[in-house]
Amino acid sequence: MASPQMNGSEIVLKALRDQGVDVIFGYPGGAVLPIYDALHEQNALRHILVRHEQAAVHSAEGYARSTGKVGVVLVTSGPGATNAVTGLTDALMDSVPVVCLTGQVPTHLIGNDAFQEADTTGITRPCTKHNYLVKDVDDLARVIHEAFYVARSGRPGPVVIDLPKDVQQAKSDSYIGPEDVKHQSYRPQVKAESQAISAAVQMIAKAKRPLFYTGGGVINAGDKASVLLSRFARALGAPVTSTLMGLGSMPASDPLFLGMLGMHGTYEANLAMYNCDVMINVGARFDDRVTGRLDEFSPRSQKIHIDIDPSSINKNVVVDLPIIGDVAHVLDDLLKAWKRSGNKLNQKALKAWWAQIEEWRGRDCLKFANSKSIIKPQHAIQRLYELTKDRDAYITTEVGQHQMWAAQFYKFEKPRHWMTSGGLGTMGYGLPAAAGVQVAHPEALVIDIAGEASILMNIQELSTVAQYDLPVKVFIINNQWMGMVRQWQELLHGSRYSQSYTASLPDFVKLAEAFGAVGLRASKPGELDDKIMEMIESPRPVVFDCMVDQTENCFPMIPSGAAHYEMLLGPEDKASKPISEEGMVLV
Amino acid sequence: MVPRDQTIERRTMAVLVDNEPGVLARVIGLFSGRGYNIESLTVSEVDPVQGLSRITVITSGTPQILEQIKAQLDRLVPVHRVSDLTREGPCVERELVLVKVSGRGNKRVESLRIADIFRARVVDSSQQHFVFEVTGSSEKLDVFIDMMRPLGLVDVSRTGVVAIARGPKGF
Repeated sequence: MASPQMNGSEIVLKALRDQGVDVIFGYPGGAVLPIYDALHEQNALRHILVRHEQAAVHSAEGYARSTGKVGVVLVTSGPGATNAVTGLTDALMDSVPVVCLTGQVPTHLIGNDAFQEADTTGITRPCTKHNYLVKDVDDLARVIHEAFYVARSGRPGPVVIDLPKDVQQAKSDSYIGPEDVKHQSYRPQVKAESQAISAAVQMIAKAKRPLFYTGGGVINAGDKASVLLSRFARALGAPVTSTLMGLGSMPASDPLFLGMLGMHGTYEANLAMYNCDVMINVGARFDDRVTGRLDEFSPRSQKIHIDIDPSSINKNVVVDLPIIGDVAHVLDDLLKAWKRSGNKLNQKALKAWWAQIEEWRGRDCLKFANSKSIIKPQHAIQRLYELTKDRDAYITTEVGQHQMWAAQFYKFEKPRHWMTSGGLGTMGYGLPAAAGVQVAHPEALVIDIAGEASILMNIQELSTVAQYDLPVKVFIINNQWMGMVRQWQELLHGSRYSQSYTASLPDFVKLAEAFGAVGLRASKPGELDDKIMEMIESPRPVVFDCMVDQTENCFPMIPSGAAHYEMLLGPEDKASKPISEEGMVLV
Repeated sequence: MVPRDQTIERRTMAVLVDNEPGVLARVIGLFSGRGYNIESLTVSEVDPVQGLSRITVITSGTPQILEQIKAQLDRLVPVHRVSDLTREGPCVERELVLVKVSGRGNKRVESLRIADIFRARVVDSSQQHFVFEVTGSSEKLDVFIDMMRPLGLVDVSRTGVVAIARGPKGF
């Protein structure tokens, strides 16, 4: 093929452009200088300079999850690559499509313990969906196009391309475009087998207590999948619960929606899981945060499991009917087959099921004792929701109590507006993710609901948001404790609060100002609304230090090792249900 | 909930992969990372034109774990096909061993006699030693090695099992 001569770095940039990339999150270093040099010569690709490589990956994740596109990362060899590992693992656990380019020492030095050398493909093999080491510049374009295909196809995930410096500088005239690259072996099944669809229709038709259990797979299958989900649920009149990762696929305001399920899910969602007779799992993976004690997990239900990843089937919970395929395709087929069949659920049974659910709902499990003198964390998030709900806000979080309260009290109406670290539980995720979301949606309101401990793990990214005028809002639920650690120590370890209190926290208002952001603080319930409005109205990045009740715990809670019906609904509940020895060893 | 079958079964799986750097590490890393057993593992290129290698792995676990192993292997990007040979029909399994026996006199004669029973071939010899090559099932090789032990066995090298399905159909 007679394409013009380019060097490896130019091939990288051309391939990225041909993949539709418009922004890269990265950090330069010795082993990627040729690529940075090529970046300098062009304007088509925007580069966002982060302050730590972990944050580059989280930003790319935020970008990817809020747009549905592949997020792109560029870091140097050695420490650049090892710093990215947490982000890559996070993206793998939460199935986020990311392509991460890492610099590498020149090929002739690989294996010599050269300066800033690390075995990047070795280190990242278990924390990526796939990875490549490119040793020949003639392979470069193909590998990049393959990497994008692998990252976004099937169950999405992170892909690393390790690029030795000499390959970045070598010349080649063999550029090929994405249309000329077909992966040799990787072809995930997107369309389900028709027998599985008809078997599902039959199973659903007999349901008396049906329940949809939906997960991140619905969101990954595209916005169409979310529309189809609500249509199918409404066609059946069946209740829907969602995992942490799936929030937003079913509008939270829909009466069919029972809220999140699992460890900190709602009473009605968890009891519906326990009592349903036909469970339709749509793109969720029976994670241990959801199932609780396995032998008591939804013991009387027939289970249908729709997933694009065959390895998710029967991994934790044995199901009756697996359906392998892309959620959007499967729901489309299922809905059509359901309508064609003319089936209708037993309305009398369904009515009784809903009467039962309404009774559970009547417990109002998210209620909390509000206070006039001190800000309750739940109240803070409730107010944040009420004051931002008409603004199409994007919410990210860090990890801990505030994350669970955000999941409980912020109501999501649309997919791709909720970015949180679910599988890996990465403290420090929220701020860089919010930066990535803001880059993708410059006009949108983007809020990182944070804890004061988590935010310190990637606080340096305030410098990034300041540099690019990204008006990200960091809403810190500040209780001065690692709240979830404190809560577990209270409930499981006799209130021995080992190392969970942060003495000498920074003054977050001054800290914000030092980074060139706006700092706000609220300590009394009375000032909360005005301060939140001030934050929203500000055109600049804002750090909001919301001083809350230090001892509030996150309820409802299914203690580890307990079953869904053994939920603790509030502080008064905890004494009556001691946590089992087996439960103690679980995380 | 469907009760889980806790019986441990042994399976021979064949995995067809792209012959690219790191692919074996990917497979082995999958087993160690997820806590699966490897009893035997062999790998070699089988199709140089298409650049395909075949891995034969013997593993054990409950039926649910074995299903997971197959699904997890299948999910690796460079994996073309995974076949559970034990489950999908009868298969032939073979292993090769090289056994070095040193000694003189009666023991030396006895080792040669036993080698003959096992249809072993002598592939290297001197006044002081033989190297035998034996092919067969792993159990047969175990027996051969055991019998050589009192006769001056000094070194053993085994290939691990390779396997192929019986019948006219290809992989």
